[in-house]
Amino acid sequence: MKGIITVIGKDRVGIIYNITKILTEKNVNVEDISQTIMQSYFTMMMIVNLSNMNCEFKELKDSLETLGSELGISIKIQLEDLFNAMQNI
Amino acid sequence: MKILHNKIFETLRMIEEENLDIRTITMGISLLDCADLSGERARQRIYDKITKYAQNLVSVGEEIEMEFGIPIINKRIAVTPIALIASSSDDKDYTSYARVLDKAAREVGVNFIGGFSALVQKGFSKGDKILINSIPQALSETERVCSSVNLASSKAGINMDAVKLMGKIIKETAYLTRDRDSIGCAKLVVFSNAVEDNPFMAGAFHGVGEPEVVINVGVSGPGVVKSALEKDKDAPLDVVAENIKKTAFKITRAGEIVGKEVSRRLGVPFGILDLSLASTPEIGDSVARILEEIGLEACGTHGTTACLAMLNDAVKKGGIMASSSVGGLSGAFIPVSEDEGMIKAVQSGALTFDKLEAMTSVCSVGLDMIAIPGDTPESTISAIIADEAAIGMINNKTTAVRIIPVYGKTVGNTVEFGGLLGYAPIMPVHQFSSEKFINRGGRIPAPVHSFKN
Repeated sequence: MKGIITVIGKDRVGIIYNITKILTEKNVNVEDISQTIMQSYFTMMMIVNLSNMNCEFKELKDSLETLGSELGISIKIQLEDLFNAMQNI
Repeated sequence: MKILHNKIFETLRMIEEENLDIRTITMGISLLDCADLSGERARQRIYDKITKYAQNLVSVGEEIEMEFGIPIINKRIAVTPIALIASSSDDKDYTSYARVLDKAAREVGVNFIGGFSALVQKGFSKGDKILINSIPQALSETERVCSSVNLASSKAGINMDAVKLMGKIIKETAYLTRDRDSIGCAKLVVFSNAVEDNPFMAGAFHGVGEPEVVINVGVSGPGVVKSALEKDKDAPLDVVAENIKKTAFKITRAGEIVGKEVSRRLGVPFGILDLSLASTPEIGDSVARILEEIGLEACGTHGTTACLAMLNDAVKKGGIMASSSVGGLSGAFIPVSEDEGMIKAVQSGALTFDKLEAMTSVCSVGLDMIAIPGDTPESTISAIIADEAAIGMINNKTTAVRIIPVYGKTVGNTVEFGGLLGYAPIMPVHQFSSEKFINRGGRIPAPVHSFKN
C-alpha cells in the first residue's frame, strides 16, 4: 500500500526534515520525492510505502496535518489509488 | 506506476478548488422478501433489513473519504418501490411505511432514503393507488423519505390518469408542507422512463431486476469541467467536446475507485457509477456556468440547448470510456434552485420555463427544482408533467418533473429550501388552461418506434 504526501506553502527551512522525522517514527519508507515552484508556491510530492507502517493511517494523517499547521503550510496524505485511477488509462 | 508531479497537483486542485466530489454513495436494498399480510410485520422486517445491511454504510464512507482524500458528500439508501411491498397487506394508507423508512434512515445516519415509489406507466395496481394517495401525508410527516412515481415509458406510453392524479398530489404535498415553503415537493419526483439504478435523489429506488443489495455511486464535478474549458478560450467546439470528455473520464475514474472500495469493504456488490454533472448552490459548482463558459452571455439564451446537448453527450462518452459500470442517469442535471448560475439566469430573465423544457430534451433528466406560484391549478401542473413525459417517451430518455408550487407565494418572491436544495425565484407558468385536456384521462399510446421486437 502506497501513499502520496503533498505539501503546498511558502518555502522555509526544515520542511522535509520534519516530515521525514514523522515518517521515520511511523516506519514509513520514502520511495520518491519531487519538488517544484508552481504559481509562486513551493510544492512537494512524496511517494511513500505504508506496508510496514506501525500505526493506523489516521494517526499518520493527523500527525502530518498537525505539523502542517505548525509550519503554516498544507501537508496532505492520501492513498495513491485515486491518483492512479484518475491519471492513468 | 509513475505519476507525474503536475498530475498529482491537478487532482488536488480538482478536489480543493473545483469542488470535485463523490456526490453520493447509495446502497440499494431489495425489500421484496419483506412483504407480509400483516402491515405491522412487514414494516418491522423492512426496518430490520435496512438497519442490518446499512449499519456500516456511513462509517465506511467516512473512512474512505479520509484515506482517499476526496469528499463523499452524501450516504443514502434506495429501496424497492414500497407500493410493491405494501400491497400484500390490507393497509389502506401507507404513511406508516414512510415513517418506518424515515426511522431506519435516521438510525443508520443517511440523509435521504428513496423508494416511497410506485411504477404506474401502464396502469395502477391496488398498492400503487394507495401509495400515491399517501404521498402528501408521508412527505409532510417524514424528514428523509423521498418519493417517486413513474407514469410513462417509451414502451407503455403515458398513463394520463396518473398524470392527472399527480397534479393533485403535488398540490396537496405543497399545502401540507406550507409552513416550510412546500419543501415536501422537493422530495417528490415524477418520471418517464425511470431508471432502476439511479443513485441520485429524489428519484432513487431499487428496481425489481436489481440484486439483493448493491452499491451505486454518483459522482459530480461541474466546476472541474468549467475550469478545464477556461484553458481553451477560443477553441472550436470539437476541441471543447474533447476537453469535456477527458475531464469526464477523470471524474468517472475517481468515482469508480471509491465505489469499488466501498463495495469491497462492505462486502456488497458494486452496481453502477452515475456520472452526472450535479450542481450545488455553491459558486463554482454550476452547470449553467459551463454553458456560459462555452460562449453564452447567460444560460437560457439562444444556443443553450445546443451547448447542453454537446455537454451531455461528451460527459457520457468520457464516462463510458472510463468505466464499464456507467449507468443511472449519467449526463448533466439542470436543477434551478440547486444551481447558482441557473438561479442568476432566472433572476436576470435570461432563462424561462419554456427554455428549460427545451433543454430537458437533451439533458439527462428534466424539469428539476423549479418553484412556481402556489396558486397554479392542478391541471396546469399535470399538463407540465404530460409535456415532460412526452419528451421522454418519444426520445427514449429519462425525463422527470420535480416542481414546487410554493404555497402562498407568487412571481417576484424567492423561496429558500436550504442546504443542497438551494433557493429559487418563483417562475411564471402559462396562464391559459389545460384543464379539458387533462380531464380526458386515459392514456397516450406508446409511440410507433417502441415496437422493436
